[in-house]
Amino acid sequence: MAGHVMLIEDEPNIAEALRFILTRDGWDVSTLADGATALHEVALRRPDVVILDLMLPGASGLDILRGLRADPATQGLPVLMLTAKGQGSDRAAAEQAGVTCFMTKPFANAEIVAQVRRMVRP
Amino acid sequence: MKSLMGTRLRERRMAQGRRQGEVAGAAGISASYLNLIEHNRRAVAGDVLVRLTAVLGLDAVAFSEASDGAMVNDLRAAAAAVAADPDQLQAVLARFPNWAGAVLALAQRAAGLERAVGALNDRINHDPHLSATLHELLSAATAVRATADILNDTEELDADWRARFQRNLAQDSARLTTGAQALVAYLDPAGQAVAEVSVTPQDEVMAWLAAQGWHLAAAEAGGVDEAGIATLASAAAQALARGVAELAAQDAAAMPLQAVQAAISALGPDPVQIAQMFGTDVIAACRRIAGLPGLAVGLVVCDGAAAITHRRALPGFALPRAGAGCTLWPLYTALGRPMQPVEAVVETTGQPPQRFVLRAFCQTRLPSRFGGADRRTAAMLILPAPLHAVAQAVVGPTCRICPVEGCDVRREPSILSAVI
Repeated sequence: MAGHVMLIEDEPNIAEALRFILTRDGWDVSTLADGATALHEVALRRPDVVILDLMLPGASGLDILRGLRADPATQGLPVLMLTAKGQGSDRAAAEQAGVTCFMTKPFANAEIVAQVRRMVRP
Repeated sequence: MKSLMGTRLRERRMAQGRRQGEVAGAAGISASYLNLIEHNRRAVAGDVLVRLTAVLGLDAVAFSEASDGAMVNDLRAAAAAVAADPDQLQAVLARFPNWAGAVLALAQRAAGLERAVGALNDRINHDPHLSATLHELLSAATAVRATADILNDTEELDADWRARFQRNLAQDSARLTTGAQALVAYLDPAGQAVAEVSVTPQDEVMAWLAAQGWHLAAAEAGGVDEAGIATLASAAAQALARGVAELAAQDAAAMPLQAVQAAISALGPDPVQIAQMFGTDVIAACRRIAGLPGLAVGLVVCDGAAAITHRRALPGFALPRAGAGCTLWPLYTALGRPMQPVEAVVETTGQPPQRFVLRAFCQTRLPSRFGGADRRTAAMLILPAPLHAVAQAVVGPTCRICPVEGCDVRREPSILSAVI
């Protein structure tokens, strides 16, 4: 299938594990640890799916999501948002901003892979 | 749930402003037994009830009957909460009064615990240290789980990758351990067993000072113990500790050890006289007094925003772990009346209550020019009270953990009174 997943996550070990399992599942994976350059990188590299952490340095995942939805080019881009328990109000805000789906930390690797597949080929 | 006899006896005693020990003595029982009765942990009947009601100026028979009537109402509410049959209430109360009392005591305790959970819940939602620590724990747990899944599920994992993931796993489990310890330390109100684990940089510095008996030996020779400071975990704590050590060295130079010890033996721990004698400011004298070897004197220092920057507690005089203290502390009176000494003899809310002399003073600086705003620092020494000193006020550590009822300066409900 060889789709392109962009992973925006500031925890290096989580990013490394996700990159590993998605790569093994046949995806091209690019990673980004800083929220501030996220919109620019998405516009530049045009991924098929974005995995976005809610709490990022530089800009919040919510701001990035809003930025993506405001741009016609990325309006329909599938976005999987990673949230932690106890972020209920942020989650509601992300839903309003047009997130495609959520995954709650800590997650099982297989769930992430399955979810990413579903998002690209429903 | 006012129907319980113990609760009503306690209310009556407190309305009369009498102490447990005095009432218990007059009724011929021990204070600890009265305490159990008042908290509904022991049933009260017969002779003891007659004597207690007499001491409190109540009619024993009327008191019992009123209790029974009120008990039926409260039992009905308790029964409704657990969907028990309300029709059997009268029979239960008549035949098993002690069991009915026990049911009510449990219902009261459950209601108290619900309030306590609510308070803790608020704390979890609004406490920035706590949410940062929880977020850190959750991130580490997420990384551990994702990495462990890979190590577990991937067949023929390349040796390089395996080594890399194993290293990540070790890192993240260390993070989990540190985070969990910090959390336990933060949530443990007594903090004795795990007090070594500090959450904020200020906590860390205070723990470092406490470990040295609040006396910086290097400061006596004008030095700063860089090696000791280097043992602190965070850069912020190291910077704070360096500031403390430099001030201590200045204070030691201005008030040499033997001279200041002799002055305290002669005059007592009076920061105003010490400051006059050595030509320093009063705050410096307070710091010096509370930093002398072998002298058990507590100290709280706050800035112009009343934020506490130094906290040395004394056994019996607890200080809050974070946030502001009790509004009734003379520290805050002094903050509003710069350059005027404020002294008060107070009693604490602990068990047993203890008396202390609190001496507070606020110093101002004028760092800019005429008409410019002043900078305030206030300090309060906590000294054991002389034997016959009479307390002018009851003070708590901070509202959240203070049991005083009906306090007119309470900022938030106590989580203690809800549990007791």
